[in-house]
Amino acid sequence: MAADYGWWMPPDISTHGHGIDGLISALHWFMAVLFVGWGIFFTYCLVRFRVGRTPRATYELPKGKMSKYAEVVVVLFEVFLLLGMSIPAWDEIKNDMPDEENAFKVRVVAEQYAWNIHYPGPDGVFGTTAPELIDSENLIGLDPDDPDGSDDFVAINQLHVPVGETVLLQLSSKDVIHSFWIPVLRVKQDVIPGMVFPMWFTTKPDTNGTYQMACAQLCGNNHYKMYGDVVVETQEKFDEWYAYMTEDDDGEEEEDE
Amino acid sequence: MSDEHHHQELGFIQKYVFSVDHKVIGIQYAVTSLIFLLFGFTLMMVMRAQLAYPNGDFGIIGKIFGRGVESGVMLPEFYNMLGAMHGTVMIFLGVVPLAVGGFGNYVLPLQIGAPDMAFPKLNMASYWSFLVGGIIMIASFFTPEGPAQSGWTSYPPLSDINPGQTIWLLGMVFLITSSLLGSVNFIVTTIQLRAEGLSFFRLPFFVWAQLVTSFLLLLAFPPLEAAAVLQLMDRLAGTSFFLPSGLVVGGNMLDVAGGGNPLLWQHLFWFLAHPEVYVLILPAMGIVSEIIANNTRKPLWGYKSLVYATVFLGFMSFIVWAHHMFLTGMGSTMSNFFQTTTMIISVPSVVILTALIISLWGASIRFTVPMLFALAFLPMFAIGGLTGLPLGLAASDIHLHDTYYVIGHFHYVVAPGTIMALFAGIYYWYPKATGRFMNKLLGHMHFWGTFIFMNGVFMPMFLQGMAGVSRRLYDQTGYLHGEAVQDLTIASSWSAWLLGVAQIPFIINFFLSIKAGKKTDNNPWQATTLEWSAPSPPPHGNFLTEPVVYRGPYEYSVPGASEDFSPQINKNA
Repeated sequence: MAADYGWWMPPDISTHGHGIDGLISALHWFMAVLFVGWGIFFTYCLVRFRVGRTPRATYELPKGKMSKYAEVVVVLFEVFLLLGMSIPAWDEIKNDMPDEENAFKVRVVAEQYAWNIHYPGPDGVFGTTAPELIDSENLIGLDPDDPDGSDDFVAINQLHVPVGETVLLQLSSKDVIHSFWIPVLRVKQDVIPGMVFPMWFTTKPDTNGTYQMACAQLCGNNHYKMYGDVVVETQEKFDEWYAYMTEDDDGEEEEDE
Repeated sequence: MSDEHHHQELGFIQKYVFSVDHKVIGIQYAVTSLIFLLFGFTLMMVMRAQLAYPNGDFGIIGKIFGRGVESGVMLPEFYNMLGAMHGTVMIFLGVVPLAVGGFGNYVLPLQIGAPDMAFPKLNMASYWSFLVGGIIMIASFFTPEGPAQSGWTSYPPLSDINPGQTIWLLGMVFLITSSLLGSVNFIVTTIQLRAEGLSFFRLPFFVWAQLVTSFLLLLAFPPLEAAAVLQLMDRLAGTSFFLPSGLVVGGNMLDVAGGGNPLLWQHLFWFLAHPEVYVLILPAMGIVSEIIANNTRKPLWGYKSLVYATVFLGFMSFIVWAHHMFLTGMGSTMSNFFQTTTMIISVPSVVILTALIISLWGASIRFTVPMLFALAFLPMFAIGGLTGLPLGLAASDIHLHDTYYVIGHFHYVVAPGTIMALFAGIYYWYPKATGRFMNKLLGHMHFWGTFIFMNGVFMPMFLQGMAGVSRRLYDQTGYLHGEAVQDLTIASSWSAWLLGVAQIPFIINFFLSIKAGKKTDNNPWQATTLEWSAPSPPPHGNFLTEPVVYRGPYEYSVPGASEDFSPQINKNA
C-alpha cells in the first residue's frame, strides 16, 4: 500500500503520532486566528486612517484595554499548548519507553550515506561490536568470536517490522551526525557519533505497506540519497523474511559447527 | 571641541577610503553589504535551478561555475557549498553589517546628536576587519578546496572532516572581531555622547534597538569565536574537541585522539546564533518604528512598552538557544526548560508587533515608499514569528525540525521581515545621506515586485515542510513525499528568479538618484528626530551647532502646535 502524500502532513501510522499532529493542528488554528485578527485590524486602519480620509492625526493614543486582553488570551493559550499538549506528548515519547522484553529490538547504525539496520537474529540478543572491526564485509564491526552475534544480520536501508508490534530502536552513527526520520511514524532523532539514542514506535493495525525513512541532517555530498525502506508487514510475512535473512547470512557458519 | 581639526581638508583617501567619519563608514558598510546581499542571493538563485529541475543541464551558463558543474549538471558538493555560503553571506556579510554597521553607524550618532562615534578609529578598524573577513569568504570559492560545504551551522564531525572549512573559520574570526569592535563602540557612544536633554526615554526607538543589539553581539559572539578557534585546532592541530573516539569514515578508522563531543559545538554555536536572530530582527524593528511614527503623523503607541519588551527580549534571547537542539537526545528536564523560555520570549514579540499595529489607530497614514516597506514588514514578521511556535514546542518540532518549515519560518523573519525593513530604511534615510530623494515610481515597482515574490518564494516552504521534506537536499524527488510537492519547489524557484528581476529597479534607483534624484531640504519627511535637523548630507562633525533636546522622539500632531510635527530640537512646539 503506498501512502497518500500531498501538500500537508503525510499519513500517521504510529500510535503516538496523534499527540504531535494534534498539537500541530491546534497551533495552526491558533496562528490563523491571530493572523486574521491582526490582519483585519491592520487593513481597517490602513483604509480608515489613510491621509485622504483622515488629513490630521489625533495626538492622543487609544486607551482601550483590548490589546491587554488579547495579549492575556495569547499567553493563556500558549500555556495550554505547552502544559496541556507539548509536554505530555514529549513525555509519552521520551519517558514511556517500552519494556525491552515485550518489544522487537533493532539497532540502526548510520554512516555516510546509508542506514545499516542490525537485527539480533532468532536469539534476540545483539552481538558485541567494535569500531576496529569494521571493514567492507563487516559493516557494523560485529565481533566474530561472540556467540550472540553469530545469528545477527545486517540489512542496508531495509527496516522490516511486524505490523502492530512495538519496536525499540537503538541509534548510533559511525562517522558524522545524521538524523533518523520516518515521516509517517512521526519519529525523528539526531544520531550523534559517540552516543547511543533509544527510540520506539508502534504501528497502528492494518497499516501494512512500504514507507520511507529519511536523513534530516546534512551529512555530506549524498545526504539527499540517504533514504531507505520501512516495510510494515504481517507477522507471517515478517517471519518468512527474518528466517530467510538469517539463513542467507550465517548458513555457512552453521554448517561448520 | 577641536574645531580646527574638524574643518581641516582631508585628501580623497582619508575622506572616502580610510575614513574615520561614522557617515562614510556607514555608507561603506551599507554599500559593501548590499553587494554581498546580491551575491548571496545569486548563490540561492543558482541553487533554486537545481532544486526545481534536478540534474537539469546548465548548458553554457554552467561554464561559469567551473568545477562545480560537470558536463552541464551541478554536483552535490557544489550544491552544499552554495548552501553553506548562502547562509554565511546573507547573515554575516549581508543583513547584520547592513542593519548594524550600515544603519547603526550612519543614523545612531545623528539621532543622539553626537558629532561622531565615541571611538572613530575603532569604527574604521571594525569596517576593515569586516571587509577582510568578507573577502576571505568570497575568495574561498577560488581555492583548491573550494568554500565551506557543511552548512552555515558547521556541525562537527562533518565540518571537522569536510574540505573548505578552514578558510571559513578564518573568515569568521575576522567577522566576529569586526562585530565586537563595533558593538563596544555603539554601547559607549549611546551612553556617553547623547545630546543635552536627550534622556534615555527620549531616545528614538531605533537607538534602543541598536543598543540592545550591541549588547547581544558583545555577549554572544565570544563563545562562537572560541568555538571557531577550537574547530580550527581540530582541523589543523590534531585536537579532538568535537570528535568522539572510534569514528569510522568511509570504512577507515579516523586517526584522532578522540574523547570530544560534537554536541559541545552545537551549544556554543547556538548560544551565539539564537541571540543573532534578534540581532537580525531588532534593528529592523527600530527602522520600522521610526518610519511608522513619521508616516502616521502621531506618537508611537506604547513607546515605553516597546523599550521594555526589547530589553526583555535581549535578556531572554540568551536562554532559549537549545530549542534548536530538541532532537539531540534531550530528556524532559532540558526540553521543558527550553520550551518554556521559548514560549516566554514570544510574548515581548507579540507586544512589539501589537504596539506597532495599534500605532496606526487614529493616524493620518501617508503611503510613501519607505512606509509601504515598513507596513509590509508587520504581517511578514507576524508570519515569521507565529510559525516559530510549532518549532519552539518540542513535540511539534519532532515532525518539523530540519524540514523546509524551518527554512520558511526563519526566512519570513529575516527576508520578507528584516530585508523589507532594511529597504524601508534605505528609502527613508537616502535623502539625508545624499540630499536627494529616490525615485518614487521605481520605488513602487521595487516594492510590489519584492512583496509578491518574497511570499511566492517562502510560502510554499511551509507546505513542503509539513509534507516532510528535509532541508539541505540536493534533490528531493527521491523521496515520495518530496516528489509529491515538487510543483511547490518549482513555484518557489520561479518566484526567486522573479524576485531577482524585481531588484533591478532598486539597483537603478539607488545609483541614478545620487545625481538625478529630486533635491530635498534638511527635513524632507517633516520628521522630529535629531538627524533631520542636520544638513543633508551632514558635514564631518554632523551638526552646525550642538543640538539640545527639549522633548520626546515622536511628537507629531501635538494639539496647539503650529505644524503637525514638533522636532526634538525645537524649544517651542
